[in-house]
Amino acid sequence: MSAEAMTLFSPELAARFDALVERYPARRSALIPMLLYAQDEVGYLSDAVIDEIARRIGITPLDVRNVATYYSMLRFKPAGKYNVQVCTNISCMLRGGYKIFERFQERLGIGHKGVTADGLFSLEEVECIGACCWAPAIQVNYDFHDELTDEQVDAILADYRSHEQKAGSR
Amino acid sequence: MPRLVSHPDEVKIVTSRFGKGAAKIDTYLELGGYASARKALSEGADWIINEMKASGLRGRGGAGFPTGMKWSFVPKQSAKPKYVLVNGDESEPGTCKDHLIFLHDPHAVIEGTIIAGMAIGAKTGFIYLRGEYRYLIQIVERAVAEAYERGFLGKNIFGSETEFQVIVQTGAGAYEVGEESALMESLEGKRGVPRIKPPFPAVVGLYGGPTVINNAETIATVPHVLAMGGAAYAAVGSERNGGTRLFGLSGHIERPGVYELPMGYSLRRMIYEVGGGVRGGRKLKAVVPGGSSTPVLLPEEIDIGMDFDQVGKAGSMLGSGGVVVIDDQTCMVEFALRTIQFYQHESCGWCIPCREGTDWLKKSLTRFHAGFGTEKDIDNIQYLAENMMGRTFCPLGDAAAMPTLGFVKKFRREFEEHLHGKPCPFAHHPEVELV
Amino acid sequence: MADVTFTVDGKKLTAPAGMLLIDACRKVGIEIPAFCYYPGLSLQAACRMCVVRQEKVPKLQTACTTTVAEGQVFVTESPEIAQARKATLQLLLGNHPLDCPVCDAGGECELQDMTFKYGAGESLYAEAKQHREEQKWSPVVYFDRPRCILCYRCVRMCGEGMDVWALGIQNRGVLAVIAPNGGDHLDCEQCGMCIDVCPVGALTSGTYRYKSRPWEMKHVSTVCTHCADGCKVTLGVRRASDGMEIVRADNRDKSGINGDFLCAKGRFGFDFVHGRDRLTKPLVRNAAGVLEPTTWDKAIRLVAQKFSEANGSVGVLGSPRLTNEEGYLLQKFARTILRTQHIDHERTADYPTFSRMLAEVPDRAAGHREIAAAPAILVLGGNPTEEHPLLAWSLRTNHRLNHARIYLANTRPIRLARQAAQSLRIADYDALARYLAGDDAALGSVAGAADFREAIAGEQSLVVIAGAEYRGASLAALLRWGLGRPGVKFALLSDFANARGVADMGVYPDLLPGYQTLTDSPALLAEYAAMPTESGLDFAAMVQAATSAQLKALYVVGTDPVSTLGLADGALRKTFVVVEDCFLTPTAAQADVVLPAASLYEKSGTVTNCYGDVQMVRKAADVAGVKPDFEILVRLAGAMGVDVRTLVPFGAATGVRADMGQTRGAQAGEADRHAVWLVANGLEPKLSPFDPLATLDEIERLVPGYSLDRINLFAGNDAPTQPAAGPNAGPNAGPGSGFVPLESLLRRSDGVTPTHASLFHSAGLSDQTQVLQELQAYQNRLNPAAAAD
Ligand SMILES: Cc1cc2nc3c(=O)[nH]c(=O)nc-3n(C[C@H](O)[C@H](O)[C@H](O)COP(=O)(O)O)c2cc1C
Ligand code: SF4
Ligand code: FES
Repeated sequence: MSAEAMTLFSPELAARFDALVERYPARRSALIPMLLYAQDEVGYLSDAVIDEIARRIGITPLDVRNVATYYSMLRFKPAGKYNVQVCTNISCMLRGGYKIFERFQERLGIGHKGVTADGLFSLEEVECIGACCWAPAIQVNYDFHDELTDEQVDAILADYRSHEQKAGSR
Repeated sequence: MPRLVSHPDEVKIVTSRFGKGAAKIDTYLELGGYASARKALSEGADWIINEMKASGLRGRGGAGFPTGMKWSFVPKQSAKPKYVLVNGDESEPGTCKDHLIFLHDPHAVIEGTIIAGMAIGAKTGFIYLRGEYRYLIQIVERAVAEAYERGFLGKNIFGSETEFQVIVQTGAGAYEVGEESALMESLEGKRGVPRIKPPFPAVVGLYGGPTVINNAETIATVPHVLAMGGAAYAAVGSERNGGTRLFGLSGHIERPGVYELPMGYSLRRMIYEVGGGVRGGRKLKAVVPGGSSTPVLLPEEIDIGMDFDQVGKAGSMLGSGGVVVIDDQTCMVEFALRTIQFYQHESCGWCIPCREGTDWLKKSLTRFHAGFGTEKDIDNIQYLAENMMGRTFCPLGDAAAMPTLGFVKKFRREFEEHLHGKPCPFAHHPEVELV
Repeated sequence: MADVTFTVDGKKLTAPAGMLLIDACRKVGIEIPAFCYYPGLSLQAACRMCVVRQEKVPKLQTACTTTVAEGQVFVTESPEIAQARKATLQLLLGNHPLDCPVCDAGGECELQDMTFKYGAGESLYAEAKQHREEQKWSPVVYFDRPRCILCYRCVRMCGEGMDVWALGIQNRGVLAVIAPNGGDHLDCEQCGMCIDVCPVGALTSGTYRYKSRPWEMKHVSTVCTHCADGCKVTLGVRRASDGMEIVRADNRDKSGINGDFLCAKGRFGFDFVHGRDRLTKPLVRNAAGVLEPTTWDKAIRLVAQKFSEANGSVGVLGSPRLTNEEGYLLQKFARTILRTQHIDHERTADYPTFSRMLAEVPDRAAGHREIAAAPAILVLGGNPTEEHPLLAWSLRTNHRLNHARIYLANTRPIRLARQAAQSLRIADYDALARYLAGDDAALGSVAGAADFREAIAGEQSLVVIAGAEYRGASLAALLRWGLGRPGVKFALLSDFANARGVADMGVYPDLLPGYQTLTDSPALLAEYAAMPTESGLDFAAMVQAATSAQLKALYVVGTDPVSTLGLADGALRKTFVVVEDCFLTPTAAQADVVLPAASLYEKSGTVTNCYGDVQMVRKAADVAGVKPDFEILVRLAGAMGVDVRTLVPFGAATGVRADMGQTRGAQAGEADRHAVWLVANGLEPKLSPFDPLATLDEIERLVPGYSLDRINLFAGNDAPTQPAAGPNAGPNAGPGSGFVPLESLLRRSDGVTPTHASLFHSAGLSDQTQVLQELQAYQNRLNPAAAAD
């Protein structure tokens, strides 16, 4: 692995990629997990990330882009540190999903795909996240929050904020 | 953490280990885990397939194809390696049953995968979970690691000469990837666009090798089928519909949740007894019986048994078992719009009728719901949906067209109430667009 | 595969089992509409236009993916099917601009055609269409997103067909869009194949867009002038103030040896024809030493006078861009009228050795069609992707569709290796020829050499394609090895549109047409009475002689020795120099008389590509003031007082067939001019001396190997030739056979200087082609590293 390749990703991530590509009958199968893991670490899929992944797998950056732009969890611009994803699909809609979404919009002062000025939160309206029986549901990054009420919106935000402060003061 | 529910009518087979800590291998073993895989190993492929055929188990992914038969299509001899692919992409709105299986009983999925591998002669199985299920992926990966530690996976499973490897794969947000051939594309690192069939996956699948693709619930059921015997499993369900099914009750229902009920269980009882009726004692307006792609049923149509054949006869489909209950305060135009918005967002874009059709349906319905519809629009919506049906590359186009036709036909009155600048009678308003 | 019988629309059809229904139907004239299906590219089944009803199958089936089997019954047109297609069109048109009158593809649009057919005229949708600005992806490729119907033809053509993979599909659903590899621009070979396959006006050509309408143009199919592959190209011409102007070059009917293919040079490199620097008037150096415009009459008379005075002390330099007829006529003119053997051309491959050796064994030269279908091909040297784009295309296609095995041996890595069964890196082409012939020591230490040779030995049927690296002794060694084995055929690569043809026509100082000797070719000698029989000077020697005034006159036809040999300013001033060319080349700048010549796109005749395939060239453009070399030669002969019938057989006595310009795709006005000229000269209007076909008759009669399938040729197809010995040659050719002894060939200097043309470069002409210059600069900017080496 070239030296420059080591600069973009942490050693752990690089090692994870190296193991990943060897795992499948074809290297390319590692592409989608790699994109997601790289996004988790870097925050989004920058051109540099795309080029690097292309190189590691041995396909063209165009190929990577063709695939990456297909999947809705992958993004090409930074999101907030805590990406709030509100499901408004039918089961959640019937149980107040839109109200939850509106509450988040109000509290965060941003709309769909918006990012707060401090970069802490971003907001997205998303399709069904597989929590229909515990609606309305949201995901903050990968964490599910089920059976939400309007009031819980505030509590959730407060919780992430205080978490952030603790992390900051440490 | 998703809440577990219970009802006396439930027959707990697949859910029997839920809430008991079976994600840990020791607990799973204490609860009888991996006994079926051992038995399958000693009995051999033909026995497994015969038991599966006898069980009457039909695919839980939506189409209800008999599982034993599917496995028997895989050629015995193959120049290319064969694969088992577990479909845990679970993205059909109204559906969250696989979620619970991965959470509470991941070893059942692993064990089922091993058994499927033995049945078709595969050495590798993939368990593909939707990317949003990251915490579940971690649970399944931990379980896989445990199974490797115990020698249940690897070069010599259970100390035998048989090899079986399991790889857990993450998606990255795409409903269409739940379609079996698109799933294979995605697993091969490509855009989730379905493949031309034939050849079918059983002949040419993953990496060109014969592949069996099953829903996670189907696979998690397999160890139970072998444990209780195919015939005994079949006896639990209704005619040609063996066993139980995990039904997800959601929407305006008093006690939402995932319930395991015998196939053929009455829809009316499911709503009014198991689910405790419509929330707040309201009136039932409609039920979506099997996930958002299945045509809506009216209150007078719910006296049916919930199995593939009976729901089919009623003009809808059992689908993924996601029962969405709708009360009388709901605007059906808005409901239709939200449904179509999903399919428009998730269409892979490959074929014209689906790509363009879902987009136009969404645009028309959006305008319509906002009060700018005309009479001709109602006919156009129907015309569009009719012309998508059966014409698209894969069933996603049908999945968008079928419910639309249902809404327009069964709730035409409500569409008419939105005409000519009249605001939505339910005072709901259209929402932001997803991009 | 075995044939099966099935029923389509009530008709019983037979086709090989497994054939696609859409192909089986098209073969018998049942047209099934399709956007995404494109023969030879991977199947998509995405547009859903080809739906048909198959008996006992519940849903409509796509004809583009259904394979035929015994007893099937299909219906391809019915109200149900028409409705399905109409609905699909309605859906497409919902988001598609309905501005055919201003769309560049209007009149040539498959969507437009289908809308007419299925009548999806009325709009069902109230929603506004999305508008997006057109994007310029390269100097020659533009993309208009709203017009794109996502048939994916361009993506597949670029990837599967060209192996460039510069186009992709991004986003999903209704946001799905075709995207170029550079994000907002294309970094590729700029072949324009994507534009060619686009069924609508989404991808348009930077050189043609918004210039014309298909119905405003005449479409003339001819042969590309840029390289020796000889692609058939259709030129769209339109009346302009000074003649007929070329506005487009494409591959309209796809019937040529190039099938679907055309490269950047063929598609975009025609603007030299109307270049600003194009010569349109004869120039004569005046007393002040300055070139000044004059009339054709004066120029011809001056040249004729000087040539007569030179009395045999004339050197003639020909060009590998002349037609066969011109090449033939030029050497006949030199030998019988100028009475000199000082005649040669810019040689880019050793065809004398090649033809001499292959003439001994029948049927060992491979035409392009044979290469395109060969089960195994050995490519030695060269770089087809850059220098012979059609060859590269055909090899790739043959590999992709027929699993042809390609073996490469090269001193450097080349792109075709991606399709190769085996690639061998070598340092020495001579050694490779010896190694193949069994000399183990020759390549003993090269990794993989043994496997390579073994694999080749295992091929029952093999085409060997030699680059210009092979000539003289090494070429002879290679040929000797292959001729010793059954099933091996050969091709030899060269540069320029008619390198092979002018070589075959005997534009050599020591070889007559068909590589026959100056002394032992009775048939030719009988016609070329009084021709000197001593070998003349070769190209370099002639130029050398001219610089030192050892020649009285030098006649330079379409070549530029000052540039190719790097002569100093004024080096040629001591000799009377006549240059016939399209541009004021550095050689022309030193000439005494400059005659403005027509390019290949402005004349008619035949050319022979480097694989020996002869094709018709048809006049497309018309630039006022210029004349084809053929006509200039005839006029010179006339002005020198020669009975032109001895040069060109025509008229009732020897003429074979009449032609009033039809064969040249000439405009009616030109045919009239000829008629006037003929009558004025008391000649029969039956056949013109300017008609190259008369000379083609003579070529067929006198040049071994050139008995052509005329019907095929005139129909616009390629007619293969095979190297052959002179008419007297027996198997043990001795004196009088017309065969040149091989030893003497190998003793002489082969004089080969390959030009190493590349994707945007073909010596001389491309320098005058602004589009190609721009493309080269554009690609250099994108890839500075590649540009550097
Ligand atoms: C658009 C579309 C989405 C689908 N999504 C899923 C899914 O999320 N999970 C699933 O198991 N099957 C899904 N299916 C069904 C699969 O294609 C396939 O039939 C199923 O996984 C087979 O498993 P089974 O026989 O066990 O049901 C989907 C099908 C279509 C057409
Ligand atoms: S119906 Fe067509 S566009 Fe829609 S998801 Fe299937 S293939 Fe893709
Ligand atoms: S040609 Fe068959 S679907 Fe497009």
